[in-house]
Amino acid sequence: MTNALSTQLPPVKRRNAELVMVLVAVGITLFAMIETGLTRNGELPGDLFLYGGLFGGLAILAHVFIRFFAPYADPLLLPLAVLLNGLGMAMLYRLFESTWHNLSGAKLEEAMESGSASGQLQWTALSLVVFAVIVYFLKEPRVLQRYPYIMALGAVVLLMLPLIPGLGATINGARQWVVVAGNSLQPSEFAKIALVIFLSGYMVTKRDVLSLASKRIKVGNFKIMDLPRMRDLAPMAVMWGFCIVVLVILMNDLGSSLMLFGTFLAMIYVATERGSWIVIGLVAFFGACTLLYPFVSHFRVRMVTWLDAFNPQVYCTDEFLNNPDAFCGGGSTSQQLVKGLFALAEGGITGTGMGGGKPANVPEIQNDFIFAAFGEELGLTGIMVMLLALALLAQRGMRIALASKELFVKMFASGISFLIAFQSFVVIGGVTRVIPMTGATIPFVAKGGSALLSSYIMLALLVRMSHNARKPAPQAIQDEGATQVFSR
Amino acid sequence: MNKPIRRLAVFAMALFGVLLLNVTYIQAIQAEDLQTHPFNARQFADRMVQPRGPIIIGGEKVAYSKKIKNDDKYQRHYENGQNYGHVTGAFTPIGATGLEKADNALLNGSDDRLVVRNFLDMLTGKEQQGASLELTIQPKAQQAAIDGLGATGKRGAAVALDPTTGAVLASASLPSYDPSDISSVTNDKERAANFERLEKDESRPMVNRAFSETYFPGSTFKIVTAAAALENGASPDSTQEAPDELTLPQGGTLPNAGGGSCNGGSPDTLSHSIEMSCNTSMANWAISLGEGKMEEQAKKFGFNTPGLKIPTDIATSKYPTGLNGSQLGQTGIGQFDVRATPLQMAMVAGAVANGGDVMKPYLVEEAKAPDLSRIEKGGGETLTSAVSSGTADSLKEMMIGVTEGADASGPNAKIPGMQVAGKTGTAETGEGANSHNWFISFAPADDPQVAVAVVVENGNASGGEVAAPIAKSMMEAVITQ
Repeated sequence: MTNALSTQLPPVKRRNAELVMVLVAVGITLFAMIETGLTRNGELPGDLFLYGGLFGGLAILAHVFIRFFAPYADPLLLPLAVLLNGLGMAMLYRLFESTWHNLSGAKLEEAMESGSASGQLQWTALSLVVFAVIVYFLKEPRVLQRYPYIMALGAVVLLMLPLIPGLGATINGARQWVVVAGNSLQPSEFAKIALVIFLSGYMVTKRDVLSLASKRIKVGNFKIMDLPRMRDLAPMAVMWGFCIVVLVILMNDLGSSLMLFGTFLAMIYVATERGSWIVIGLVAFFGACTLLYPFVSHFRVRMVTWLDAFNPQVYCTDEFLNNPDAFCGGGSTSQQLVKGLFALAEGGITGTGMGGGKPANVPEIQNDFIFAAFGEELGLTGIMVMLLALALLAQRGMRIALASKELFVKMFASGISFLIAFQSFVVIGGVTRVIPMTGATIPFVAKGGSALLSSYIMLALLVRMSHNARKPAPQAIQDEGATQVFSR
Repeated sequence: MNKPIRRLAVFAMALFGVLLLNVTYIQAIQAEDLQTHPFNARQFADRMVQPRGPIIIGGEKVAYSKKIKNDDKYQRHYENGQNYGHVTGAFTPIGATGLEKADNALLNGSDDRLVVRNFLDMLTGKEQQGASLELTIQPKAQQAAIDGLGATGKRGAAVALDPTTGAVLASASLPSYDPSDISSVTNDKERAANFERLEKDESRPMVNRAFSETYFPGSTFKIVTAAAALENGASPDSTQEAPDELTLPQGGTLPNAGGGSCNGGSPDTLSHSIEMSCNTSMANWAISLGEGKMEEQAKKFGFNTPGLKIPTDIATSKYPTGLNGSQLGQTGIGQFDVRATPLQMAMVAGAVANGGDVMKPYLVEEAKAPDLSRIEKGGGETLTSAVSSGTADSLKEMMIGVTEGADASGPNAKIPGMQVAGKTGTAETGEGANSHNWFISFAPADDPQVAVAVVVENGNASGGEVAAPIAKSMMEAVITQ
């Protein structure tokens, strides 16, 4: 770490700035709800003060907690999380609560099943408790380094829980859910974090071997690349096999597979600084995808609906609706993707305003496609705010990695930050047709307990690591000459 | 370890950069294309929750919106859809055709001329309403066209125009379909099944043959050839060689219909050539005039002019260019690559009836706002000036000969008590295929009220036999109105 000094962050608290930004984020959330109520029902939302009080109160509590227990933490982290969480909640309010106005009885109960902003608020409360517990008790994140293999095992078990009959459930075609006491949870959300912990610990210990031992490939005197030794490829082989065999073939969980393997490559690159790992990884991953293409039908479906989305057979126009020989005869169409694009187009640059659009035209918009609802109602302007908030969150995380001194923390912080960025890319890229649709959740924004909880766990880890990185160096408690004592 | 972290941070930012660029492209640049994409039901589904204005023919609503029970959507209903389906078009949850598409903005109320009214309605809490369209179609003439075409058992189309205004008095296309079958808002499955059935039907019932299909006009195109000759110095008594079989300049021969003789093999006058529909002399006229003058005259009647909207889109009728002498000769009798819509041929008859001016055809007599104030009135627009009034008079005399002359080819169109001007056509459609049979006409010749064009696909007879009676009954329906 030759340039360690330049990466240091000044020990500045700026907690008041954080408070102001948190209040602004809460304000934006409430304004979004007010606009929804006025547009859709012509009146202020009846429970506006309840939401304002609870959500605002929770956000301020989180701020106060940081003020006391992690005062040197980066002041941008919490406001960004509150903004994203609040926007997500406001959009759920718009998609659910505001449309229940004229419903009653059985119809209302049926409508409440698919989701609600109040449910999201409850999960926010729970997530913030977990957030506080982690920030308070995990004084030194490096203790996590002690149990890499337990973390690895935990990640695998979590990922494979949905395969257990009776416990696992297939929702929207992907077997990535477990149902506990009526709540469906996505254990892969937590497995990702466990995996980052494992990889950080593992890479720190194996770093030298992975980065130094190599076979150099030359053509004449010209160096092509340094390849790792065969036996050092074992971790990549395991990771690759798991992502391909278990996630893609058995569970149809392309999103998790892509995210985990992407994060793995990013982290091995950070640890070794060798591009050859990335090349090998990408070749292996995409090679496997190409080979699997003819055999794994759900994989093929995703590719076709991505590349050929506007083909009438793939979209399933009326002409092909009753035709079993058409592509969409198998029940898979590109309608969700294409209708999502139509929603974005409808929004244009400024959007229709909260409550002014018709997001219900996109099937299942409350899940992965909630981004299309934002695009329609907040327009390009709103979407850019959301993307920049996510980007800023990831970049602040990277900054924490740079400022930290311990190798494990550097790996850990950069891994989590990349996970936030890459996860956003996988889901938003899928919705906007940059990459195939895979099914994943936008951090902090997505509906659902496991997604929100795992986001706040990541936030807690970043807040703790950033506090540790920025707090001033311990002062000597005695004058010169005596033994210096450092507090930990 | 900082260098790779920095690179990773740049890569992460690049990922967001890709997303930002992509959403900018979708929402700022591609947005309009996506909004009007044929799959995008929003442009129509949005309108499903608003009542559209009715389409009115002869005082009756033939298309109107009605609220669906326990739903906030409206269903479009069609009365007598088999008769008027091609004119109104269909407004379905996934799109629109015909007038429903062409005048969508007026019908749904988003037209600029309705904006102020709609804004006031919004302020007073009233629902946005569309304009009502009163069409030029006359039910009796329409019925005569449908009955006449239906009686042949063949496919075909018929158009009647008011030659002095351009009003479309009848527009029929058989086989037809009922727009009600493909416009259900509530029953997707049935709608899709009906659509698929109609789409796959090889008789293509959803194609409006009167506006969207082009045919070889055959001998009816001789009117255009004669007009070109007259405009370029010939008189009705000018002659051309009229052998029983013409040897074409670039090889090939062109016989008269049925191998007959025009003037015993002697040169024939223009007037007599039209009356008995002589092929060889008319081919000679085209050859002697040359491609330039022929094309110019055809263009003046409306050929080779894309983009005609009445407001429904009309297919472009074509007179080919780059011809050799043989082909030029064939175009003189409406063969080779000459293609015309039935509407175009009615416009040719109408121009002759109207002293040489082609009036722009129109379907909407009047568009009325919900408060019954007039927004738009159709008619009275001259599209082109095809020939001088002198030429038009000469052509009229020749066309009267077609129904009344000694060698008349279309006596079946005669109406007692008045003179009818007409022209038959029998278009060869290829080796071994049955010919298309045409008739174009107008009446009364001294005070034209109606101009018609009728085509019967593969009628396998002559235009005078199959198509002329249909034209006659349509003209009668208009005149005795």
